[in-house]
Amino acid sequence: MKIYSAYSDGRLRLNLEGELDHHEAKSSLRTIDRIIDDLLPRDCIIDLSNLSFMDSSGIAVIMRVHKRMNDMCGKAWVENPNGQPLRVLDASGIDRVIRVYSKTE
Amino acid sequence: MDYIKIEFLSLSANEGFARAAVAAFAARLDPTLEELGDIKTAVSEAVTNCIVHAYPDRIGTIWLRAAIRDDGELELVIRDKGVGIPDIDKARQPMFTTGGEERSGMGFTIMDSFMDMVRVRSTEGAGTTVTMRRRIAGRAGLR
Repeated sequence: MKIYSAYSDGRLRLNLEGELDHHEAKSSLRTIDRIIDDLLPRDCIIDLSNLSFMDSSGIAVIMRVHKRMNDMCGKAWVENPNGQPLRVLDASGIDRVIRVYSKTE
Repeated sequence: MDYIKIEFLSLSANEGFARAAVAAFAARLDPTLEELGDIKTAVSEAVTNCIVHAYPDRIGTIWLRAAIRDDGELELVIRDKGVGIPDIDKARQPMFTTGGEERSGMGFTIMDSFMDMVRVRSTEGAGTTVTMRRRIAGRAGLR
């Protein structure tokens, strides 16, 4: 899995690409923690456009980003999940905790 | 009836291997992309449970059997000889986890929602067997 980050004007976009399972989650969490620590963004967008697979490990990663942003009075949300990752998000009920935008302009 | 059996070590790198192997076997049922995604997810969850929970501080063996039943149903059996689950009902509850911050506690919830049947048998100190079934309608519609 690859994580691309783009930062501008307080807003961090994390673009996750590939497959996010337990094997990938450990290093992904470390990478994302480091990016957030470095930039201290106000908003954090988790962009899943290019994520082809995730399991419940992906839910843990999203929850962690949500918690970290919440702890520093920022906001996090998910954008563009499709296919299999979208079905996992739906089954988990995570949209009760964090906003999920399926389509963005 | 047809089946495959694979045996592998509880290394996290094998999670991707396990779901790819099952997906390749299930391909002969001509599943839709959605059905294939559901099966891969359920395999990923069950195998991850073995790696994280069954063998918490050692590398053990995981046995996986995938079978296509005569009625077109896919059956998956994932077995370990790990520590076992003390309270299966509790383990299956959403958000319950003993796995720490990198786990969400949603593994069984996702298996339950993606598969038609999920059965868990476990003996403390002896291991756990998870059996799951999913009917594959396939791209050609209902058989």
